[in-house]
Amino acid sequence: MNIIYFLIGCSVLMALLFLGAFFWAQRSGQNDDLYTPSMRILLEDELKDDKK
Amino acid sequence: MCSYYSYNSHPGATRARIDKRFDYLSEPSILSELLDYTDDRISIITLYIPHIHCSSCLWLLEQLNKFNPAIHYSRVDFLKKQLIVRFDNRQYTLQQLVELLYDIGYEPLISLQDVIKKQNTAEKGNLVQRIAVAGFCFGNVMLLSFPEYFGLSVYEQTFKHFFGYINILFSLPVVFYSGQGYFISAWNNLKAGVLNIDFPLALGIAVLFVRTVIENLTHTGAGFADTLCGLVFFLLVGKFVQQKTYHHISFERDYRSFFPVAVQVLDNGIEKPLPLAKLVMGQRIVIRHNEIIPADAILLKGQALIDFSFVTGESVPVNRTLGEIIYAGGRQTGEAIELEVVKPVSQSYLTQLWNNEAFTRKQDNRMKTFNETVSKYFTVVLLIIAVASLLAWLPFNYRTGIDAFTAVLIVACPCALALSTPFTMAAALGIFDRNRFYLKNTAVVEQLARVNTIVMDKTGTITNGASKRIVLGCELTDLQQQIIYTACRNSIHPLSRMISRYFGEMPALDVTEYREIAGKGIDATIAGHKVLIGSGGLIFGYFMDTTKMTRVHLMIDGVYLGYFGFDQEYREGMENIGLLATDYDLYLLSGDQDHERNELVRFFHDDAKMYFGRTPQQKLDIVKDLQRGGHKVLMMGDGLNDSGALKQSDLGIAVTDNVNNFSPGSDAILDGQSFNKLPAFLRFSKDAVKIIHLSFLISLTYNLVGLSYAVTGRLSPLVAAILMPLSTVTIISFTTLATHFAAKKRKLI
Repeated sequence: MNIIYFLIGCSVLMALLFLGAFFWAQRSGQNDDLYTPSMRILLEDELKDDKK
Repeated sequence: MCSYYSYNSHPGATRARIDKRFDYLSEPSILSELLDYTDDRISIITLYIPHIHCSSCLWLLEQLNKFNPAIHYSRVDFLKKQLIVRFDNRQYTLQQLVELLYDIGYEPLISLQDVIKKQNTAEKGNLVQRIAVAGFCFGNVMLLSFPEYFGLSVYEQTFKHFFGYINILFSLPVVFYSGQGYFISAWNNLKAGVLNIDFPLALGIAVLFVRTVIENLTHTGAGFADTLCGLVFFLLVGKFVQQKTYHHISFERDYRSFFPVAVQVLDNGIEKPLPLAKLVMGQRIVIRHNEIIPADAILLKGQALIDFSFVTGESVPVNRTLGEIIYAGGRQTGEAIELEVVKPVSQSYLTQLWNNEAFTRKQDNRMKTFNETVSKYFTVVLLIIAVASLLAWLPFNYRTGIDAFTAVLIVACPCALALSTPFTMAAALGIFDRNRFYLKNTAVVEQLARVNTIVMDKTGTITNGASKRIVLGCELTDLQQQIIYTACRNSIHPLSRMISRYFGEMPALDVTEYREIAGKGIDATIAGHKVLIGSGGLIFGYFMDTTKMTRVHLMIDGVYLGYFGFDQEYREGMENIGLLATDYDLYLLSGDQDHERNELVRFFHDDAKMYFGRTPQQKLDIVKDLQRGGHKVLMMGDGLNDSGALKQSDLGIAVTDNVNNFSPGSDAILDGQSFNKLPAFLRFSKDAVKIIHLSFLISLTYNLVGLSYAVTGRLSPLVAAILMPLSTVTIISFTTLATHFAAKKRKLI
């Protein structure tokens, strides 16, 4: 049953990683504007003429 | 179409710009205030562009670097209607940027008080992080607490201690990071001598934490780590729900967010831009088409046709003659005019209103919310019960006494009580929002439920700013119509313009003689006929406007034909408002003359409750007098002239036809289309307060159940862990459902 110590350690570490990722996203302003990106994704990229 | 700009960076003809309206953007002192960041290479600026409305706008504005490579980066925030631009300031200036935006049809609104920009609060982001930490710890602690609840066999006891230690570790950030705000607030309130809801909450959190630590370290129990984390998590979520923000609406506007940043000043015949703050008496200013007059000034040159819609809500422009004083806040339409400033900006007729103490007074403590009133008594009773159970046990067993004391504080921790207000109010705010009624914060709902007096402005608030009804009080032949049309077409007086619009397009006749008498009317000879159009004074030599309706009389060749009547159109649902008079004191507070007194009396019922011809300052004073008489005043207004009264009142509602347009500082903004729903809004706000009272009773029941366990000193962690989330879920679902139901009853959804 000692494996539980290891498993709990792993799960807490994983959860901490996710929490850290969320903090990073929040600090870098990724959640500041949650609406505009949903519109931006619908816009076509410019067609490049230099394909010819 | 999408590749329009891909063929050439500047197709089509650029609109020629002759005016100098953006010259002020080259003034270094103004620049430094507007730019977010600048160094010797790049500058960053956030511009508010009200015209952003669709994905094409987004596309075009994010392609700005195609117009000029000196623009490095442009990004749109759609909801806030903002554009962030980073550009190379060695090759490009802000003035060029703004002119470019103006040319492509996206004129930024640059004002002294850029409130929209300041609205970006870091506070909300901080709260999200606190919730994230609390949620993270809550989840983990729950997992680690389950083994304890399901029972651990004797040889697994080491795990129990291990889990206990980890739980303590998880509780640390919850108490000292996430829950920090409650301790600070409770301490500040204690120092100020106020017992608010944060005090029992902070006490509960502290007791939970201390007991968890002690029980785990002494191996006497499992502690309450899961209850603690859950409590803080739910409380913070409640706080989050309460903070509703409208990105595109500002409630804090005053005249500065509407006045220009700079004005063109004539100095020895040379025009140059001057920041508004430096404008002094005696200076000559030039105001062009669509520019705002920033200070009271005398008209020196040009044809002034001033649109005072921002100030009074009246949309028909007013004609002013040379030498007349023009009050600040009007917008010139037509040609450029020259004026001499007679009063500094801050001392003008309109702006001096902001020097009133109503604007400097702190806003928060206008009305005590139900929550604040109740939590005071709640805290006192809670402390009495806790101390009493401690004293009752002390003679027999001091350990049980302390257990009971702490258990009471834990179980009675008013989590559900603290959540009932935010969740009800957030749901109510959502309902109002759907009906185009935007409230500044959740406390406004309670204020709305408590007012007993409604004061209304007239122009633009209960009348529809845009349309005046025009009625012809006689029959006219085609020729007569043509003659009158021709006469009115040549005049720029607002009433003449309405008459010519009334006839529509018509062939004009020859005008041999034309004279416009200021304030009276038109005297002309058209196609050989002598025409007199104007007031009773012009036609009959005396005023005979007994109906109090504005009339323009018509006379051709000495024969009186009849008149045009001008009638205000009231907003839809004004009859419903009239019915409110049974429950509320209804007052009318207008800046206009009393032409419409007789018509309005059918809504307001009482002649004595209608005030006409009041200045902005008098409006404020009347509201103040009403308040002194014990009235709780709801003020509805729309223009800058109502700002003082809106601010002074217990609840100020700005009525506007377009929420993105200017509206004066207020507690709530009502879209003109929803004006007829006002009685429903008032009733619904009362329902919301009733729901809060009911949910308070529910949470009190839970507290009593918990207390019956607690006073015996045998509160098991399991009971606490079940009771707390259960009461929370009950409250959240009850408030949400009940609010929904109430809204349905009032036909708001």
